[in-house]
Amino acid sequence: MRSLSAVLTVVAVIVSFWYAACIPMNIKGVLTEAERAGAVVVPEGARERRDLGTFGLVMGNQFAIPATWAQERPRLPAPHQVVVELWQTTVMKKITSKRSLVHHAWVTLSATLLGFAIGTGLGVLLAVGIVHSKVMDMSVMPWAIVSQTIPIIALAPMIIVVLYSIGVQGIIPKAVISAYLSFFPVVVGMVKGLRSPDAMQLDLLRTYHASRAQGFWKLRLPASMPYLFASLKIGIAASLVGAIVGELPTGAVAGLGARLLAGSYYGQTVQIWSALFAAAILAGCLVGVLGLIERVMLKRMGMAR
Amino acid sequence: MMLVVFAFVLWVFGWWLNVRLANGPVADTKVVQLAVPVIFGVTVLLVWELLVRGLQVPLVILPTPSMIAARFAVSTSILWADFLQTFIKGALSGYVIGGVAAFLMAIAVDRSDFLRRGLLPVGNFVAALPIVGTAPILVMWFGFDWHSKAAVVVVMVFFPVLVNTVAGLRETSTMQRDLMETYAASYWQGLFKLRLPAAMPFVFNGLKIATTLALVGAIVAEFFGSPTVGMGFRISTSVGQLALDMVWAEIVVAALAGSVFYGVVALIERAVTFWHPSQRG
Repeated sequence: MRSLSAVLTVVAVIVSFWYAACIPMNIKGVLTEAERAGAVVVPEGARERRDLGTFGLVMGNQFAIPATWAQERPRLPAPHQVVVELWQTTVMKKITSKRSLVHHAWVTLSATLLGFAIGTGLGVLLAVGIVHSKVMDMSVMPWAIVSQTIPIIALAPMIIVVLYSIGVQGIIPKAVISAYLSFFPVVVGMVKGLRSPDAMQLDLLRTYHASRAQGFWKLRLPASMPYLFASLKIGIAASLVGAIVGELPTGAVAGLGARLLAGSYYGQTVQIWSALFAAAILAGCLVGVLGLIERVMLKRMGMAR
Repeated sequence: MMLVVFAFVLWVFGWWLNVRLANGPVADTKVVQLAVPVIFGVTVLLVWELLVRGLQVPLVILPTPSMIAARFAVSTSILWADFLQTFIKGALSGYVIGGVAAFLMAIAVDRSDFLRRGLLPVGNFVAALPIVGTAPILVMWFGFDWHSKAAVVVVMVFFPVLVNTVAGLRETSTMQRDLMETYAASYWQGLFKLRLPAAMPFVFNGLKIATTLALVGAIVAEFFGSPTVGMGFRISTSVGQLALDMVWAEIVVAALAGSVFYGVVALIERAVTFWHPSQRG
């Protein structure tokens, strides 16, 4: 309960800081608009104001402060503008509409989930191979670890274009990017997990005359679950980033990445921020769902901490 | 067709060699442990080369490793300029600013139990979000040049380092802190002589995670607008011109930069946390 109030306090501080930041960020644009509308602004003329500090402008034109929170295309939209935009583009629009954020989020989410499923499946398979074969361990594992230190997302534009040129388009190219981004964290985490039973436990199974397969199903696989979930959470976040970045280079028309790109082309800051928050909410939900599954599953397996 | 058969034979040979090495009597020496992944990597590259040529895959779609190497050798000056713009100016400056800011913030937050309770869940949550998405906003604010890339990197690096440092500062046991108290150590003495050294493994964990994020942020931010130089710019324009050998060369640069960056941070970690069990192996 105390943590909750602390979290709420921190969030409240962030939001109020955001509101405060809107004033200096937007003041110049607001003053220009106000002057055009006939208000008296100190000093007059956009050119005189250009080189002045924003703080002095705010002090000299205090009447303009409320307007900084209600501009149509602000440099920094106020929190309530973003919330209103989110509400209007999710709840108020029909889901089938091209302007509905739910529609765009679904486009991105479907690619993310498909890619995540492929990447996780292949990753687990490779991890099983690595644990059971010394050759694979020695040849593949170093590369899997190195791949964590390089920005493999830089491959994304090329994958999109190459797959497009051989006639594959739509959800698949984005899913491929999501898949390989979630693949490596899962491999590394799963190998760690499958190796986590200690010598004592392995010896016990040997005294039971357990076969290798039995050892895998009854000891290694259950013991790897906490590690698997830890890397799944990293993997799904990476998958989502992959799907969003995958929408950038081709100028896709649908998806959260497309909304970000369109917003940045047309200076629709509120649209960018609402797409950003939609992506954040989506990521939060995905990680949260995985956390929930993890908790229920580990509890039923008797491994809950 | 010959080439395809040859590629297959080569693959079998490379695998056979690795099986012999890995299951042989010298498998645990340093040399073999290095040789096996290298043999694997070289085999993959050779098979790639032979398959592309043997199956007559259009070279525009999938250039061979030799073409990429040739392109790399020809355009070192372009690649170097891109490296300077994206890595040194964008990623590195943002990494330093973000890391230092997060470190100081963590020390400030650590003084108040209330703040830590509030900030840790929020920080953990934000660290899992797709922060690259802030790139279009920051490009709009800070212009097309490297400043906006550094800003994206700052935001991306900040939260992992913050969360890890805050966790690290809690690492000392009550016993150790009590000992400092019996020495009449002030807060700052306790911080510098006990809690910061104890936190270092965590701090470096965050810093190592942040190396990759820094490069990702700097490259992806360039997709939203950049001057006519930079790794992300080169990748997106070369993809548009279907000059994929250039893209691959740029990816090689990114991979080298990423692993060297990580390696340097890991070396510094080894020097700073030489006392930690994981470093004494």
